Amino acid sequence: MTATAWTNVSPRDAEKYEEKEFGFWLYLMSDAIIFSLLFATYLIMVGNAAGGPTGKELFSLERAAGETALLLFSSTTFGLAAVALSSAERSKVLLWLAITFALGAGFIFLEIGEFRGMIAEGAGPDRSGFLSSFFTLVGTHGLHVSVGLLWIAVMIGQVLFKGLTAPVASRLMRLGLFWHFLDIIWVVIFSVVYLPGLL
Amino acid sequence: MMEDASGIPIERTITPYLIGIVLALTLTAIPFGLVATGALDRSTTLGVIVVVAVIQIFVHLRFFLHIDFASTPKENLIALAFACVLIFIMVGGSLWIMFDLYHRMMV
Repeated sequence: MTATAWTNVSPRDAEKYEEKEFGFWLYLMSDAIIFSLLFATYLIMVGNAAGGPTGKELFSLERAAGETALLLFSSTTFGLAAVALSSAERSKVLLWLAITFALGAGFIFLEIGEFRGMIAEGAGPDRSGFLSSFFTLVGTHGLHVSVGLLWIAVMIGQVLFKGLTAPVASRLMRLGLFWHFLDIIWVVIFSVVYLPGLL
Repeated sequence: MMEDASGIPIERTITPYLIGIVLALTLTAIPFGLVATGALDRSTTLGVIVVVAVIQIFVHLRFFLHIDFASTPKENLIALAFACVLIFIMVGGSLWIMFDLYHRMMV
């Protein structure tokens, strides 16, 4: 493992990686539009509790704060993995990726507990328009985070078995865009769903 | 974001992530604290939540995604601006139509 493994890229490959990053950015922008429409649907449906439970009874400020903290710290630990990648420190990259995975898994664990508790109380997605749109919006974000976790696991495997080669570094940077992007979506979720719901 | 000959944009210093997490935690603590304590009335709190969320989105774009006007490729910025226009039209239009309809049904 030389210190400059991933920086050793021909100009032709460099152009390829730039194109891939741009393509991935376009995907993120279209994903942002999907999420924004789920937010619009939620805002339209939030008043339609159909006599059932509302956000005030269902949401927990502590749980939302815990989920937020886990995702915020996981964004930072992913950043530290990227910094370790820039200086080609493989074991540090693996360590920070593993910590990011653990924080993301903690987030999913809290969210699954929240969904299970709500469904057990009879407040599942079939209860009201409000709950249908809540589960669609927050569930879509949770699904993205789960895919992100799978991707982190795959990249840990690639760093272990392939090393910090240029293709691996390029994939890690796209994974970073995806992970930080999901954090932005979560900021909007707690600002639109949880905090106004508990107010 | 450091664009170099490799074509792989990699942030080399820890500083932006540390600035990012401190700002993000502060901007998260403000609305959560307001909701937990109920220090301000409802509409003021909602206003603060919206303003702080918009600031936090910019903090994340700048310090975690490393978007800036100097080093980010122009195509990426155009795609971001176009997405914002589409989001504004589609979200704003949906809310406008649906709430207008709602008020017409009420009278």
